[in-house]
Amino acid sequence: MQGIYLDHAATTPVRPEVVAAIQECFTVHFGNPSSPHAVGLAAEAAVRRAREQVAAAAGVSRDEVVFTSGGTEANNLALRGAARTVRRGGGTLLCSAIEHPSVLETVRALQDEGFSVRQIPVDRSGAVRLDQLAELVDANTRLVSVAYVNNEIGAVQDIAEVVRTVRQINPDAVIHTDAVQALGKLPLAPWAWGVDLVSLSAHKIGGPKGVGALLVRRGTRLVPLLTGGEQEAGLRSGTENVPGIVGFGLAAELAAAEMDDLARRLGRLRRRVVELVQERLPVAQVLGPPLAEAAPHIVNLALPGVKGEVMVRLLSEAGVYVSTGSACSAKKRVQSHVIASLGVADELKEASLRISLGRETTEEDVERAAEEIVRAYEELVQWRR
Amino acid sequence: MMRRVYMDHAATTPLDPAVLDAMLPFLKSEFGNPSALYAEGRRVRSALDEARDQVARAIGAKDPGEIIFTASGTEANNLALRGVLTEARRSGAGDHLVVSGIEHQSVLETAKALADEGFRVTYVPPGPDGIVAPQRVLQSVTSGTVLVSVMLANNETGTLQPVAAIADACKGRGILVHTDAVQAAGQVPVDVEALRVDLLSLSAHKLYGPKGTGALYVRKGTSLRPQMTGGGQELERRAGTENVAGIVGLAKAIDLAVQTMEERTKRLRVLSDMFLSEVMRRIPDVTLNGHATERLPGVVNLAFPGVDGESLLLNLDMHGVAASTGSACAAGSVEPSHVLTAMGFADRARSSLRFSFGRDTTADDVEYVVDVLERLVKRLRKG
Repeated sequence: MQGIYLDHAATTPVRPEVVAAIQECFTVHFGNPSSPHAVGLAAEAAVRRAREQVAAAAGVSRDEVVFTSGGTEANNLALRGAARTVRRGGGTLLCSAIEHPSVLETVRALQDEGFSVRQIPVDRSGAVRLDQLAELVDANTRLVSVAYVNNEIGAVQDIAEVVRTVRQINPDAVIHTDAVQALGKLPLAPWAWGVDLVSLSAHKIGGPKGVGALLVRRGTRLVPLLTGGEQEAGLRSGTENVPGIVGFGLAAELAAAEMDDLARRLGRLRRRVVELVQERLPVAQVLGPPLAEAAPHIVNLALPGVKGEVMVRLLSEAGVYVSTGSACSAKKRVQSHVIASLGVADELKEASLRISLGRETTEEDVERAAEEIVRAYEELVQWRR
Repeated sequence: MMRRVYMDHAATTPLDPAVLDAMLPFLKSEFGNPSALYAEGRRVRSALDEARDQVARAIGAKDPGEIIFTASGTEANNLALRGVLTEARRSGAGDHLVVSGIEHQSVLETAKALADEGFRVTYVPPGPDGIVAPQRVLQSVTSGTVLVSVMLANNETGTLQPVAAIADACKGRGILVHTDAVQAAGQVPVDVEALRVDLLSLSAHKLYGPKGTGALYVRKGTSLRPQMTGGGQELERRAGTENVAGIVGLAKAIDLAVQTMEERTKRLRVLSDMFLSEVMRRIPDVTLNGHATERLPGVVNLAFPGVDGESLLLNLDMHGVAASTGSACAAGSVEPSHVLTAMGFADRARSSLRFSFGRDTTADDVEYVVDVLERLVKRLRKG
């Protein structure tokens, strides 16, 4: 891709070594892992190795990794799978107000199946209101879902605190965290935090699209979404996407090994882009958590007086790729539900830009991006007058 | 080095290098998220649109919007059954599902799961020739029947099913028809208009495309409840960032399959006929499972009475020959084939093997496999 790509929270380029591994897998290990002959066994061994790599990167055991077709399927399996373990049982499902659409839309669909759904509000910085959570949890709470890192503002939740708050009131509630944006950027210790289910995705960390995983803590009951040949310990039927899984395994291993350095570097570059913009445009405002508390690769910058969507298009013409929010719904959404939940002034709500950095991002990239942002803003404001 | 002969193309096929070439740009430079607003995202979006056109054309669908990309044939089958039945229950249209007894596990297990959720399910057995008779399907239909699902070609015996006749019988009654065309696509012509089906499942990795991609054809106007929700991709029917490279690969693979079908299947037919007649001539007491002529050109399922299928499979593998006892998904289990059992041959189920040929199979390979088979069967029968 030509130009400056600052939309890594939407998707990342596949790392060259991952492409090479996928390519090799396509030509060498083409077997069906369920086949008992040599060709199948080789494919099965490749999947096993990838399972170990993902498990190690996420700090879980390899039998706790269920490969899916992506983060969305992982979130669907977690929520639908855990909710449906009690037939016609109903109960309450809680999720934060700033979850990804794959969580929000799925709890909405579960509402039609007889569950009641409540949203946990967040404060101005995007932190889940633990006091409100404590009020929402009761004996009927089946499931709680709170993303570790928000995809639009980079807010990082204290998941261990969320777990403590929930379990004090209801020790049996199943707790899920969407860690799609966290993998490779922040340390994961899901079982130490006490959650039961964790969603991951490959294409946010230099892996291929079409692969993700749900980490399922031993003993957690789930009803599968996909039934058939009973692959993935019966939790997810369908012939394994062997090359995709192999690519995910390698990407996860590399991401874990490089995490500390990358996080430090991206944190610095992100601060730089914000400072450069604010120097020239003092009206520019960071939405969500203060930079020091956010995930290192995401910042949401509001530029009062212009529409984020128009900025995105103008910047795109200048070769700088950013977004207004979640890519999944960029096409249809008028306004971000995440920004709306923060309780910020109306003039900021439609003026926000999400800038997200990745391993390919350079100092030069952020400097030029800042320049183009300032230029685009000034052009739009001038035109408005 | 030991000779290796892959005779398990019904389980999975190697990726066509031309398909890999089509996919690589989307693993390398064209990595944008197709939902993104900027130019790069839009370019990826147009590649997806083109892939959708290609798949639609390959199966005779009128509108590319009738194609939903999924992560596998299994997901396509799940979406068809669960999507139609759960929507029908919501709207009060009915709660009865009819499936044949020889369907793939992804249909049978899903039917079972739906039965657990309170839906009524009827299983229609095949005849001894492996064919599911349209009259028997019709006898199972009631006023509450919403969907009939019969596969186009069985994955274990390769027997072709009279799907068009079944669809004709169902049409006048307002019943939807789904067919799992995962094994048939690329081997026999698949045309949704000629078949008159409402839903049809495809998988890429059975036709020299990548694993991790499938598709469900859904005729315009068919009510389907999404089973995976989120970002509104696939016209709100299947959420999740699109597996762009995989989808492009599926489209390229099915396009190539259609282009090369005549020549390729003629060759397969010659090879599998040669295999069959040589086996029959040289090995005593062998039976072909399934219909002798109404079958996929590259699939031969044989019963070797007096031989344990698992042992034969293992011994073949030691001689470099990859075959199968049936469906790869069930290969890990010791259950005898549900397909042969449903045909009334439970006794044969444990002594049968499937040989499935592909475009790289040569006459030499066939001779080698017959040689090995002859020796192994003789030895195993002596016990």
